[in-house]
Amino acid sequence: IEEEPTLNIYVCIKQVPATETKIKINANGTGIDTTGVKWIMSPYDEFAVEEALRLKEKNAGSTVTVVSAGPQRVTETIRTALAMGCDNAIWVEAPEDIDSFQAAKALAGVLKKETKADIVFTGKQAIDDDCAQVSQLLATFLEIPYATVVLNAEYGATSVTTKRETEGGTVELLELPLPCLIAAQKGLNEPRFASLPNIMKAKKKEIKQYKMADVGVSDGDRKIRLVNMQLPPAKQSGKKISGDSAAQAKELVRSLREEAKVL
Amino acid sequence: MATALIYAEHKDGKIKKVTHELIASAAKAGAEPAVFLAGSGVDALAKELSAMGAKRVFLAQGDAVKFYSNEAYGKLFVNAVKAANPTFILIGATAQGKDLAPRIAATLGVGLASDCTKVSIEGDKLKVTRPIYAGKALADVEFVGSAPYFATVRPNALSIAPLQTGADAAVTNLPLDTGALKMAVKDVVRGATAKLDVTEANIVVSGGRAMKNSENFALLEKLAEVLPNAAVGASRAAVDAGYRPHSYQVGQTGKVVSPTLYIACGISGAIQHLAGMRTSKVIVAINKDPEAPIFQVADYGIVGDLFEVVPLLTEEFKKALGEH
Ligand SMILES: Cc1cc2nc3c(=O)[nH]c(=O)nc-3n(C[C@H](O)[C@H](O)[C@H](O)COP(=O)(O)OP(=O)(O)OC[C@H]3O[C@@H](n4cnc5c(N)ncnc54)[C@H](O)[C@@H]3O)c2cc1C
Ligand SMILES: Nc1ncnc2c1ncn2[C@@H]1O[C@H](COP(=O)(O)O)[C@@H](O)[C@H]1O
Repeated sequence: IEEEPTLNIYVCIKQVPATETKIKINANGTGIDTTGVKWIMSPYDEFAVEEALRLKEKNAGSTVTVVSAGPQRVTETIRTALAMGCDNAIWVEAPEDIDSFQAAKALAGVLKKETKADIVFTGKQAIDDDCAQVSQLLATFLEIPYATVVLNAEYGATSVTTKRETEGGTVELLELPLPCLIAAQKGLNEPRFASLPNIMKAKKKEIKQYKMADVGVSDGDRKIRLVNMQLPPAKQSGKKISGDSAAQAKELVRSLREEAKVL
Repeated sequence: MATALIYAEHKDGKIKKVTHELIASAAKAGAEPAVFLAGSGVDALAKELSAMGAKRVFLAQGDAVKFYSNEAYGKLFVNAVKAANPTFILIGATAQGKDLAPRIAATLGVGLASDCTKVSIEGDKLKVTRPIYAGKALADVEFVGSAPYFATVRPNALSIAPLQTGADAAVTNLPLDTGALKMAVKDVVRGATAKLDVTEANIVVSGGRAMKNSENFALLEKLAEVLPNAAVGASRAAVDAGYRPHSYQVGQTGKVVSPTLYIACGISGAIQHLAGMRTSKVIVAINKDPEAPIFQVADYGIVGDLFEVVPLLTEEFKKALGEH
């Protein structure tokens, strides 16, 4: 029988504010006020972790290493990934406000130092800054091919065939040789929940730590900065249209046409 | 004069509207629009781009680039950057643009502001604003390094001002020297319906849990059909219940849309849903619960049963639009 290959699998996760967070801006408009924020793993990264674990389970002897860059608090989210079943963990200690370029360069720095990756999983987008850049930047820095917004992936011994979602329900079928990077879209799988024993075990696991300088990233690598953050202008209270359904429908169309002028 | 190099995206033999928006806006701001066009059999599109205001076309044409891939298109776009030496690089924040732009940014070593909703070229500076936290907040982007300044721009964010076009754009053929390519595009499978995507539509009609089943979405499809450039969307509750595929989902973990008109039918207005649509220009909510939070962001609210209101509304729109 042909042996399944053992794979070095990496998964990059970002810690973000929970989706129900009411965003408040800090005093100087350079970030959000993080007091009382509940932190979670970015939802698309859960699909990435799950996919990494499933691939490992199909290839005995493979390992999954989770990597995250950010301040101390991200180690909690790293523990969540360990509790889901990741084997190893790496934390790059980084300031809160690094940009996509710095994050990707740091992750690439880690991957170059560690055992060579056969495949890297990420989320299609982190739901805080919504950049959808780090996956592509990272793959380009590592000089490996990538597919983003991946709905489905079939793993061969030397390549991966993916379905990438585009627009209007159209999908692209892509074949990427290993090593490559896959950025997960919702629908790729159903992420598992960590069991209580695994949560307990994860608490004891070691998290390897790097500083930004260890992986060759400095302040000078910053390319963009978010400034002047603001809440969107408050909406004026709208107009409720009264009457029976027929009158409401008529009045709405009239308003859209004559007041709002959108028709 | 500063050059803006713009990615000319096309589908079904037509240049996408967002490309037109970028060309027109760059021209209006006094930059010279140059475009990168790739594909096979796309000569006619070069003319179309010229009519939109492009002054130069960098054309990568051939069977090898018949299908988009970030690898092949990315490498060729970088060659176009070297040839055009642009001050600005602008790409639509579409499925292709989002996939492609960071690769180019990484290769060039420049910063990228993604998914911008406000863009203005001022001399040789680029001022952009982008939503963060799925539109719960907005931020201006400061580019730390030097030009080219690079942004992806959301469809419908910029308007198209009519312009006088002069001579045809000068076409430069780019050699297809991509080197050996690692990834292969096996196939592009069109969606069963190949409908307009919610992110590109000018009008979005969305349904929530209240739709009760997938068949009832036909009501919304009918409404969308009578409206110009309209698409149907859904809340996560409707997607999770299987009424519509995830590609329809609007919200923080779905698509973020900024259409001219958003019509929410039987959607309560949870914070994650609002995040995906609150930047719409005009919002209409139809909900039978007068306390539903969606009314707080709605410009026009109808308290009523969508199953009664929507068909009547479809008729009214038909009448109104027919009169034009
Ligand atoms: C991590 C996370 C991510 C999420 N991401 C998203 C996202 O991207 N997008 C999203 O939409 N949600 C998202 N949600 C879910 C969100 O919290 C809400 O649960 C969801 O938006 C509710 O959908 P709904 O408004 O259709 O359903 P409901 O909240 O059940 O609302 C149904 C509404 O229909 C009205 N109604 C019922 N019958 C009728 C009728 N006949 N006529 C008119 N009105 C009627 C009711 O009054 C009610 O207001 C997310 C949640 C989490 C935790
Ligand atoms: N600081 C980070 N640490 C680890 N992974 C990250 C980090 N930032 C982004 N990523 C990964 O890159 C993906 C896309 O992020 P973004 O480009 O920020 O939208 C995320 O879903 C993560 O998988």
